[in-house]
Amino acid sequence: MTVAENVRTKYEAVIGIECHVELKTKTKMFCACPNEFGGEPNSHVCPVCLALPGALPVANKEAIEHLLLAGLAFGAQIPPFSKFDRKNYFYPDMPKNYQISQYDMPLTQGGVVRYWLDDGTMKECRLTRIHLEEDTGKSTHAGGGDGRIAGSRYSLIDFNRAGVPLMECVSEPDIRSAEEAVAFLEALKRTFVLLGVSDVKMEEGSLRCDANVSIRPVGSTDYGTKTEIKNMNSFRSVHRAIQSEIERQIGIVESGGRIVQETRGWDETQGVTHPMRSKEQAHDYRYFPDPDLVPMEIDATRLESLKSRIPADRLPWNRFARYHGEYRIDVKQASQLIENLPLADYFDRCVEASKNPQQSMNFVLGDLSRLANETGTPVADSAVTPPHLAELIALVQARTINSKIAKELLQRMWNGEGSPRAVVEKEGLAQTSDASEIEKFVAEVIASNAAAVADYQSGKTNILGFLTGQVMKASRGKANPALVQELLKSKLSP
Amino acid sequence: MSELVRMSAARVAQAVNRGDVSALEITDAVLAHVDEVDDRVGAYLTRLHDLARDAARTVDRRVRSGERLPLAAVPIAVKDNMCLTGTPTTAGSKILQHWLSPYTCTAVRRMLDAGAIPIGKANMDEFAMGSSCENSALGVTRNPYDLSRVPGGSSGGSAAAVAAYEAAIGLGSDTGGSIREPAAFCNAVGFKPTYGRVSRYGLIAFASSLDQIGPIARTVEDAALAYEAMAGHDPMDSTSIARQVEAPGTALREDLKGVRVGIVKQFVTERLGATIHAVYRRAYEELEALGATLVEVDLPTADYGLATYYLIAPAECSSNLARFDGVRYGLRVEGADVGAMYEATRAAGFGAEVKRRILIGTYALSSGYYDAYYVKAQKARTMFANDFRHAFASCDLIASPAASSPAFEFNAKSDPYSMYMMDYYTIPMSLAGLPAISVPCGWVTPEGGNRPLPMGLQLAAPLFEEAKLLGVAHAYERATAHATNYAPEIDSQESPTEASTS
Repeated sequence: MTVAENVRTKYEAVIGIECHVELKTKTKMFCACPNEFGGEPNSHVCPVCLALPGALPVANKEAIEHLLLAGLAFGAQIPPFSKFDRKNYFYPDMPKNYQISQYDMPLTQGGVVRYWLDDGTMKECRLTRIHLEEDTGKSTHAGGGDGRIAGSRYSLIDFNRAGVPLMECVSEPDIRSAEEAVAFLEALKRTFVLLGVSDVKMEEGSLRCDANVSIRPVGSTDYGTKTEIKNMNSFRSVHRAIQSEIERQIGIVESGGRIVQETRGWDETQGVTHPMRSKEQAHDYRYFPDPDLVPMEIDATRLESLKSRIPADRLPWNRFARYHGEYRIDVKQASQLIENLPLADYFDRCVEASKNPQQSMNFVLGDLSRLANETGTPVADSAVTPPHLAELIALVQARTINSKIAKELLQRMWNGEGSPRAVVEKEGLAQTSDASEIEKFVAEVIASNAAAVADYQSGKTNILGFLTGQVMKASRGKANPALVQELLKSKLSP
Repeated sequence: MSELVRMSAARVAQAVNRGDVSALEITDAVLAHVDEVDDRVGAYLTRLHDLARDAARTVDRRVRSGERLPLAAVPIAVKDNMCLTGTPTTAGSKILQHWLSPYTCTAVRRMLDAGAIPIGKANMDEFAMGSSCENSALGVTRNPYDLSRVPGGSSGGSAAAVAAYEAAIGLGSDTGGSIREPAAFCNAVGFKPTYGRVSRYGLIAFASSLDQIGPIARTVEDAALAYEAMAGHDPMDSTSIARQVEAPGTALREDLKGVRVGIVKQFVTERLGATIHAVYRRAYEELEALGATLVEVDLPTADYGLATYYLIAPAECSSNLARFDGVRYGLRVEGADVGAMYEATRAAGFGAEVKRRILIGTYALSSGYYDAYYVKAQKARTMFANDFRHAFASCDLIASPAASSPAFEFNAKSDPYSMYMMDYYTIPMSLAGLPAISVPCGWVTPEGGNRPLPMGLQLAAPLFEEAKLLGVAHAYERATAHATNYAPEIDSQESPTEASTS
């Protein structure tokens, strides 16, 4: 269903995101099993994560700190007291038939995620909370052929993922389009990767998100009836699903219908959302504080030490403000840099050493990225250190070398030759502006290119480029090209 | 019966450490005795001959190599809700009837490390819910002092094993009185430490915020020895307390001079009938005679104990028992789909009392009722803790009955409430997490009964004051020696084999 542009612009979407992010920790949330993706089924299990009779959970300190770091990066409040609750419901993937989660006292409250759109506009989305919980195992339905539960004869459960620490981030309904939703998620992802709290690999299911979507007439401040969209497995499907749901809702409202509050699943192949079984909503989770775990108290000292671990300069939105706002790098290139964390860190060190953001960017995204592609070595791991690149930039800026020499030098730096200044000095590669020296090369070229000289003198002045090139070649690139042209012109003029 | 089986834990350990007798001799004697009497008592669901003899050989090796083990060769009964690698661990339920534990409970592990020998897994009320052992789905346990009566519960198998000399120490778990009441019924000492003193790791949960492992023994000294072996922080249980365990042995005392004993105003023993009232009156006088001062203390919340307990414990159990679903282990009854399988498995696997409590707990936690029931019960619990704090401002310990009556006959408590009332005196201490002990304090012959039955005196102390509590209980036990007044019925009955050979 496609809605005409003039109809669509009458409405505004209101979107809130809930996403689950698997934390990168050495061990699971409540036991000592390794937190690793994959592995032989049921090889990362123990009495605790299999919920054997008598087993008890012990909270993973690293996971709690990871979550607090994430909250602090978004400026969330950290209450001094937090606790775990049990969310009770039967599900074969979930060994205890309750999930240890957090109900009314999450580890963090509030906070703001800043993100940007393709046109460079900065946006903000408030967070409601981030809380800590545990993941479930995975079922495989077998004996039916297509892997679906319907028609299967039995199910196999792999509990390797059961008990993996999961952080649930809930946003306020501050998002207004599918594009914004994706940009918001990218900001979350980049922040988590930066903090090292998660790998955020959607293909491994380590980031899963649901979206609450409603529409309202532009200008209205009321909220429409929302639907919850599930099953979105990539940023692309988030975009498509939300877009499709907005259009579905507009279609209904335009034709005089009413939106039904419900959970809808995204069908990637059909490109539509469809209602999910309403059984999902009938749950009474009977939350209550988990008596097996003691409440968490986060004191000011611990909070300060965590705060000192937040790298403010490297947070994605701060980087974007600097790259785009200050350095005037275009949105696409700035995003490209920010997306590649080691490259952005490398770039920052180059800017720091060279004080020349524009040239740093040209080299980092230009020749260095090309060399990285050709050799398979990431720029940040290459032999070209930021101080050496800064030297190279300085040599170019001072016109000690021209761009052609610079390119050659960069290749040699990549190969491990070290300081470009040392190479220039040792091999006398500095550009010369000494007229008497250049005149010798000019004279040589005029003598050996009689035909071209004749052409020039007959009025074909564009042959000057060729002659300049010949002089540059004779000087092994060291001659100042502007001076070469000037001298050629004066020698050739009748 | 070999004299070896009558020895206290302290004497067994001493004799084995000295080399007077081997762990294997002790163990073989106890196993032979168990095989002789347990068909009549029914203390054990599983007898662990091979495991016990292996453990005995290990103890002998350790002793020979110069180790001194605090519980060398002490035969123990392990309540069947405590995991022990390779043994059936059933919690007295059909749902776990054939489940073999692949790991060992921390408390059991510590007992074994200290030299104890696991003789068997002891019967219990299903999932520790009950006060008579009659809720076991897997066997009947009889009171060794009167085989027509119940041993109490839920740790009835452990208490009966200790009373019938089938173990020197029985490990029990106490949620609302499940160590203290069966100990009282079986003329034994039953000790529930402060909540969190002994790790719950490997104890099949009933109500996590109340469950506490503790020993049942024939003497206070033996209970203290077992407590010392088990107590202390366990990194596998976040609710276990990281706090120094005061060695109880040094606190065992001879008199009670300077000890103020609180008698709870609301615990009116006249209500229990004249005979029982007289037993407790005399017990309090005996404390006084030892030098203690009796003071009346106020526990205004006393009558709310059962109501509070029967919201919190079922609420927690409704969630704790959700894992018994037929998916990963234990009983599975097939159904058309996974939901039907859950229903069929749980319908067949759980007994009536367990189902009742799951229902009560599920209801108490339901949306719309949570604040009225669960939250209110938690507030009441805080009030209990506060009331006890006030009471302990004017006394060092509180004395009370351990149970509302002596052991009763099978099927005597047909309505759940009369069974729940057995724990009227023990529940308040559980709600406040206090350490409490039951010690033998006299005998009554009930109307229509033909044998005298033991009664227990409950002593309770402020949090973490186990050493003081054990010290006072020891002094009372030494001075009164009530426990030695009568022998168990099982003693006077010759077994058919004995009769034919003697």
